[in-house]
Amino acid sequence: MMKRTIPVMIASIAGLVLVVAHFIPPAQSWADEVSSWFQILAAVAFILGGASLFKIHLQKISDQRPGWGYSALTIVAFTVTLIVGIFKIGVPPSESFPSMPWSGDYVGDGGVLWWIFTYIFTPLNATMFALLAFFISSAAFRAFRAKNTEAMILLVTATVVLLGQTYAGTLLTGYDWINPHLQLKSIVDEWLMPVFNASGQRAIKIGIALGIVSTSLKVLIGTDRSYLGNEE
Amino acid sequence: MRNRRTMWRWWGTIAVIGCVSLWNMPSVAFGQESTETETPSPPAPPSQVMAKDAPNDTGTALDVFWELSADDVSDAIPRRVIRYEIFRRKSLNEEYQPVGEQTYQNKKFTDTQCHPDDSYWYQVVAVGPNGEPSTAVETPTPTRPRVQYIDTSRLWFGIELFVVCAAILYYIERARKGDSFTIRHIPGLDAVDEAVGRATEMGRPCLFVAGIEDINDIQTVAGVTILSRVAGLTAQYDASLIVPTSRSLVMTTARETVQSSYLAAGRPDAYREDNIYYLTDEQFGYVAGVTGRMMREKPAACFYFGHFYAESLILAETGNSVGAIQIAGTAEASQLPFFVAACDYTLIGEEFFAASAYLSKEPAQLGSLKGQDFGKMCGAAILLMGCLVATVAGLTENDAIDAMLDYLKSNVLGNGGFLP
Repeated sequence: MMKRTIPVMIASIAGLVLVVAHFIPPAQSWADEVSSWFQILAAVAFILGGASLFKIHLQKISDQRPGWGYSALTIVAFTVTLIVGIFKIGVPPSESFPSMPWSGDYVGDGGVLWWIFTYIFTPLNATMFALLAFFISSAAFRAFRAKNTEAMILLVTATVVLLGQTYAGTLLTGYDWINPHLQLKSIVDEWLMPVFNASGQRAIKIGIALGIVSTSLKVLIGTDRSYLGNEE
Repeated sequence: MRNRRTMWRWWGTIAVIGCVSLWNMPSVAFGQESTETETPSPPAPPSQVMAKDAPNDTGTALDVFWELSADDVSDAIPRRVIRYEIFRRKSLNEEYQPVGEQTYQNKKFTDTQCHPDDSYWYQVVAVGPNGEPSTAVETPTPTRPRVQYIDTSRLWFGIELFVVCAAILYYIERARKGDSFTIRHIPGLDAVDEAVGRATEMGRPCLFVAGIEDINDIQTVAGVTILSRVAGLTAQYDASLIVPTSRSLVMTTARETVQSSYLAAGRPDAYREDNIYYLTDEQFGYVAGVTGRMMREKPAACFYFGHFYAESLILAETGNSVGAIQIAGTAEASQLPFFVAACDYTLIGEEFFAASAYLSKEPAQLGSLKGQDFGKMCGAAILLMGCLVATVAGLTENDAIDAMLDYLKSNVLGNGGFLP
């Protein structure tokens, strides 16, 4: 009982404070206070997250389960990054306090953490992001196969938008003898995007906004407690 | 003879020295124009400097207004005014202190470092390209910031929110009293049972991703709500459930939720805490971890419910490549097309938030959906009214109707109302 009631009360009070602060300027400081509590909670939870990560990967290494080498690499990377960050290894002192070796910013240029970030983390991140280009192609190929009427409409619309948004549209239809309103670029810019696309998007957004209001209200008044687990 | 030659040599030397000296003499000596730079004249000062209380704040800000300097011409080249410097003081005995500056063609500055108990005088100076200041112009009277207890710019939003909330509460209450509401079928949510059943039959795990935002995001809360239902089904069917999270707080919440669901299903022994684990806060690091696990363990069912960004398609395409049945739901409109293209079922916008009510079938929760429908009707009515007023304004060009349209657009339907 208490295990559910107290979290619901905390969620309700914090939520109400944030709602009230949106309309009453003097209550803004309360909202800032609630946000600070959340930051503190998140920081403490990060220790739990780190501990969980360590435990799971150490278990995997200990049991020699398939792929344990990746776990070892994860543990090494995590530990090295944590140590070089905490101890500011290789970080030059701040210009304001040159005699104090630890006065520099922990991500300051020249430090080991900076090196890891620039030469390991950033390229790896970019690599993952670059995969998106290939996935867009494969997803588009599947989605645009004209297997039924809806897919056919999708294919035609997508082709028109694709051509209209690129130089191909101007190249194909951008001639003086074609009415400017019938040129591909105009069809896309003046008609398809601001009329059909925008109205569809707005309808979805209004639905989302009402859904957010309803879900938030149910959480605030404790009607929906399923985020705390099933009660039955 | 020799003396005469020496004398000529001397005269020649004197003549050369004289010519060189004359050449090097300041040209001003010969009445020519000076080559020295003149001190540039300062620009004309700004005028009508005044300060007003900044609206809808806690009494910590004042707006300072002025009319542009006569030399601050919009397309002048070179510019005679580069910026305006703003100074303030609290009493007549104090010196003016700088509080900020604005670039040319700006007529307003907001001083956000005020205190509601103090009054302030302001002084504005136009500054030329070489830093030459104009005459300072000050406010005629001191101004004191005031605390506003209601943010009037959000008044319409507040009214609309109140109406929608009241409708939701009303229908929840009616549902509690026994009114029954019908709800249309949502194929994506009907397929949750099928997906978990399929995973059980294939002996492969179910994977649940609750987005990449923290638990303070309502989409993550909605995702965790659906997780509780999915966890109940996996407990019932004895299927394995994997929940990698990108936030530590989501991990702790998800663990509590799944554990409670397993307990409610009478299978606390089947709960595996280590299957709900934290990976990293980093977007693509998280994606790499999740997709790696997908490729290794080939889950039979993948659920994506929460707040997603660019990672949505990478996750869904990887799930597709391992042959998983995939159900997704998000309120991030830009990611919906990716999920629609790559997943078997997608909950679009409000369907995602209706999932909890739909899956639980609790009357009180179903009542909230009816309240949402009422909100939609109100929204449609306001939009229709806006269209009607805009049409009439376009046809009649009447000033009063134009003013009404402006009010509707910028208050009831605009940023202060329907689109906060």
